[in-house]
Amino acid sequence: MGKKLRVLVAKPGLDGHDRGAKVVARALRDAGFEVIYTGLHQTPEMIAEAALQEDVDVVGLSVLSGAHMTLFPETMRLLKEKGAADILVFGGGIIPREDMEELYKQGCGRLFGPGTPTADIVTYLKEKFPDRI
Amino acid sequence: MTTRELLAEFRAGSKRACARLMSVVENEPDVAAAVLDELYPMMGRSFRIGITGPPGAGKSTLVEKLGRECRNRGKTVGIVAVDPTSPFSGGALLGDRVRMPSLFTDPGVFIRSMATRGGVGGLASRTKEVCDVLDAFGRDCIIIETVGVGQVELDIAGAAHSTVVVLVPESGDAIQIMKAGLMEIADLFCVNKSDREGADRLVMEIETMVGMKARTPNPECRTSEVGDRRLAVSDWVPLVVKTVATTGFGVSGLLDQLEAHRKHLEGSGAMTERRRESIRSEIVELTEEWLRRDLWRRPVTTGRLNELVEQVLDGSTTPYRAAEAISRDVLAAG
Amino acid sequence: MADDLKKIAQERQKWQQGVECGDSSRFQTLSGVPVDILYTPVDIADSDHLRDLGLPGQYPFTRGVRNNMYRGRQWTMREFSGFGTAKDTNGRYKFLLAHGETGLSVAFDFPTLYGRDSDETISRGEVGKCGVAISSLADMETLFDGIPMEDVSTSMTINGPASVVWAFYIAAAEKQGVPSEKLRGTIQNDILKEYIAQKSWLFPPEPSMRVITDIMAYAAKHVPKWNTISISGYHIREAGSTAAQELAFTLKDGLTYVEAGIKAGLDVDTFAPRLSYFFNSHLDFFEEVAKFRAARRIWAREMKETFKAKKSESWLLRFHTQTAGCSLTAQQPENNIVRTAFQALAAVLGGTQSLHTNSMDETWALPTEKAVLIALRTQQLIAEETGVVNTIDPLGGSYFVEALTNELEKQAYDYFRKIDALGGMVKAIEHGFPQREIADAAYRYQKLVEQGKRTVVGVNKHVLEGEKLEIPLLRIDPTVEQEQHQRLADLRKQRDDAKVKKCLADLKAACAGKENVMYPILEAVRAYATLGEICGTMKEVFGSYEEPPMF
Ligand code: B12
Ligand SMILES: Nc1nc2c(ncn2[C@@H]2O[C@H](COP(=O)(O)OP(=O)(O)OP(=O)(O)O)[C@@H](O)[C@H]2O)c(=O)[nH]1
Ligand SMILES: [Mg+2]
Repeated sequence: MGKKLRVLVAKPGLDGHDRGAKVVARALRDAGFEVIYTGLHQTPEMIAEAALQEDVDVVGLSVLSGAHMTLFPETMRLLKEKGAADILVFGGGIIPREDMEELYKQGCGRLFGPGTPTADIVTYLKEKFPDRI
Repeated sequence: MTTRELLAEFRAGSKRACARLMSVVENEPDVAAAVLDELYPMMGRSFRIGITGPPGAGKSTLVEKLGRECRNRGKTVGIVAVDPTSPFSGGALLGDRVRMPSLFTDPGVFIRSMATRGGVGGLASRTKEVCDVLDAFGRDCIIIETVGVGQVELDIAGAAHSTVVVLVPESGDAIQIMKAGLMEIADLFCVNKSDREGADRLVMEIETMVGMKARTPNPECRTSEVGDRRLAVSDWVPLVVKTVATTGFGVSGLLDQLEAHRKHLEGSGAMTERRRESIRSEIVELTEEWLRRDLWRRPVTTGRLNELVEQVLDGSTTPYRAAEAISRDVLAAG
Repeated sequence: MADDLKKIAQERQKWQQGVECGDSSRFQTLSGVPVDILYTPVDIADSDHLRDLGLPGQYPFTRGVRNNMYRGRQWTMREFSGFGTAKDTNGRYKFLLAHGETGLSVAFDFPTLYGRDSDETISRGEVGKCGVAISSLADMETLFDGIPMEDVSTSMTINGPASVVWAFYIAAAEKQGVPSEKLRGTIQNDILKEYIAQKSWLFPPEPSMRVITDIMAYAAKHVPKWNTISISGYHIREAGSTAAQELAFTLKDGLTYVEAGIKAGLDVDTFAPRLSYFFNSHLDFFEEVAKFRAARRIWAREMKETFKAKKSESWLLRFHTQTAGCSLTAQQPENNIVRTAFQALAAVLGGTQSLHTNSMDETWALPTEKAVLIALRTQQLIAEETGVVNTIDPLGGSYFVEALTNELEKQAYDYFRKIDALGGMVKAIEHGFPQREIADAAYRYQKLVEQGKRTVVGVNKHVLEGEKLEIPLLRIDPTVEQEQHQRLADLRKQRDDAKVKKCLADLKAACAGKENVMYPILEAVRAYATLGEICGTMKEVFGSYEEPPMF
């Protein structure tokens, strides 16, 4: 028996668009993962702290507010500061392609945009974490 | 990081190490025993509060407020919140944390969500061990939230020192509740959502059930003074406390009662009795677990098993006699 | 059943025997209402023309709220817009008005939506990104600089801090010399659907409802042409609901406000005429038309029969429509122009009073000038080229549309009963009932698309391999945030701080007491207290709200 994949799904910043985050959270559950949902309006500090205490493998941020260039790097920075740089940050929402490229350069995991089948997200995580179930 | 390194960091107060050790305890039974053994001397100081009750009763909201109240009283807090694993996918959506945002970044609070996985008693099979880790980490109060329980999910009573059964006006009449077995495990009753109609009636019904006659009207006034008088009577009588978890009303009184209960446990020797009970059942469980894991790793068992399966198939023995034969072999081998 | 209907029923049955109808599970509306291969008078046998449809401008208004509909007045073409600084957005408004837009609709940025100033820590990275940043009266003055507030009608998508932003608007008009009595427009101010779907609340439900009643009372006295609540189904639908859920939850919200008004001692006929609605127009053409028609009928009936309103203005449901943003795709974005056109047509055939059409770049960013111009042109095409405006409710009497109207109405009442059983809408929201119904529907829809049971062109069918984005996108200048910080710093330096403090203290006292909060808010606004300062003061008394999570 392997270890279950634990995922934190979070909505950082003021963004209230939660349809996508909820759909993704449910889909990940249905794929057999353990999903922790933090709710809306989280600061990167709250998210990083939750990720650490929950010992998740990966943090999924959902950002449709255009504030991704602030929120993704800040969350990654805080995780690093807390000695948890190994926790992967990935996510989705409304993120222009150039910004995605820039975030990838900073070490961000895959970012998924509108129209993504949730199955693709599941496949990505399974490939990233082959030793998890 | 090796387990050794984790333990060293854990001792130095690293939250990350604490979180990772919890995962070890949850996922790696072979290593878990060694880790818990190592941590054992640091355990035993925390007060464990169990919060149980039907789905949506306001348990998580109450846990947040209780946690904050503990913090106000200078205590560090650990929270373990359990939500169900989906029987279809094996996955889980753990959402209790959402109601505790004010505690997220408090350095004196550690929140851990768990999925029940195999557990059927309202807790995960490893909840107690995860609490042990928090205990060793030096948390003064550990609050455990069970899944929303229906019936016979009563494991919490074994995992907590004090169990609070949270009910709400709309959870039906008291008889229903008592039938579900919650009566036996309640050290305290909490009528939450008492801003709703029917709260007072429910309080009265429960009190009648518990066989209490006298009652003071305002739960906030039920200080330990009243409690203490009751405690003088040898056995603990569960009190009923009214709360509104969303506003925090009554929560301070609830914590007073919990502390009174703890004092009662300690004063009456019941705490030692409970510890003795729980150590006993822990040893029994661990032994059984150890044996089970060890059993099929022995050459005597694995070899014999295949043989006996064939014999049952060709009709020369029965499964019952086969099991007895294996057991005897194991015992003889020592 | 009358003999001729019986005959039709028999004939229809005979006819169907020879017809290959296909797998019936494949033929449903977007929301899952089964659709028959053919409708006949038998399907609306129970309908009574005068009772259930009436004539346009007459009870129960199923066919339309005005007696001459678009012959008398066209719908207002109102593109929801706002980005960057007040100056940036002011330029966009002038552009739109110059190209034939007939009303304004303000989109605020996130800090503003949550009653925060641009220079608060929590606003970092969000200033001007999703709408225009408005932190004070000064920003509102800039926003309407050179736009005659006396003539234009303005809709503002603002809820939690609606009272304050509306006060900015009223005070900005004063500066232009326009008295509040002349102002026309709408504040969304629909807090119930915030808890359900949009999530930009400030205070808990109870104080929120009080501020709303204060607004209604203030408007009745000083801003009589203003729509004080725009009861919104749009957000509910976008969060993933079905058409029936949108209809049911929205109307139930509206009925709840009416109850609250009556409870607060107001005469229903004084405030009900100022309530307006805001619906979504989604992809399923006939379902949407039926939904708009059912909405009018239900509202009229409830207002007249249940709440005993006497004025016919209280019975009629006027509504704004926005086409469905969530139906648009990032893939082959030009196709969105076509989707939007169909949806806009449904809104017009459904009798809307005002319309926003989405731009083709909807899933990518706030719209470019070019994209929004096409969206506006889409409306103008419908109004001026297609001829659909010539006659009223042209789909009325279609057996299918009438049957679907009845069906949606029935489903709405089924939901009303469930909500009543939970103790009303506020209780239902506390239970998370509508939230959960919507989240379930959203997930169901997602699965259907992924299984290929719902086609989304460009996404799960007719896909272009290796597609590249070929439309330009609007980027918000990153200097907006600093610019806005500077403006606020200057403002705080120039104003009379002692006066601001006094105004805020008065406001706090009003919040704690019973006085109408609009008066002290306006005083504070005139003294250039900022949005964050005013909302912060109110929060000190009212508290703030955390949402119950629902999956
Ligand atoms: C639905 C919607 C709303 C609803 C939200 C309802 C809700 N509770 O969620 C309502 C109507 C309330 C709304 C309001 C607003 N909206 Co809006 N909204 C949309 C819309 C149309 C669809 C979003 C959606 O839910 N799609 C369906 C879901 C399933 O898809 P998704 O969220 O994209 O998620 C998928 C992927 O992105 C990815 N994903 C998403 N999250 C995550 C997380 C993880 C971990 C992973 C792995 C993947 C992943 O996987 C998902 C599955 O495919 C988009 C435009 C669009 N078509 O995308 C605009 C849009 C996001 N909104 C926008 C704006 C501006 C607003 C407002 C600020 C407008 C205003 N000024 O008042 C308000 C803010 C409200 C608030 N409090 O947040 C802008 C944002 C612009 C930008 N970022 O530059 C958009 C892009 C529209 C536009 N072009 O103007 N909105
Ligand atoms: N009116 C009222 N609502 C409350 C009170 N306590 C909690 N709630 C609301 O009840 C709902 C459920 O609260 P939770 O704390 O999630 O309940 P729970 O028991 O943890 O739920 P599960 O973990 O799902 O079993 C939320 O909407 C809370 O805001 C209360 O005292 N009064
Ligand atoms: Mg809970």
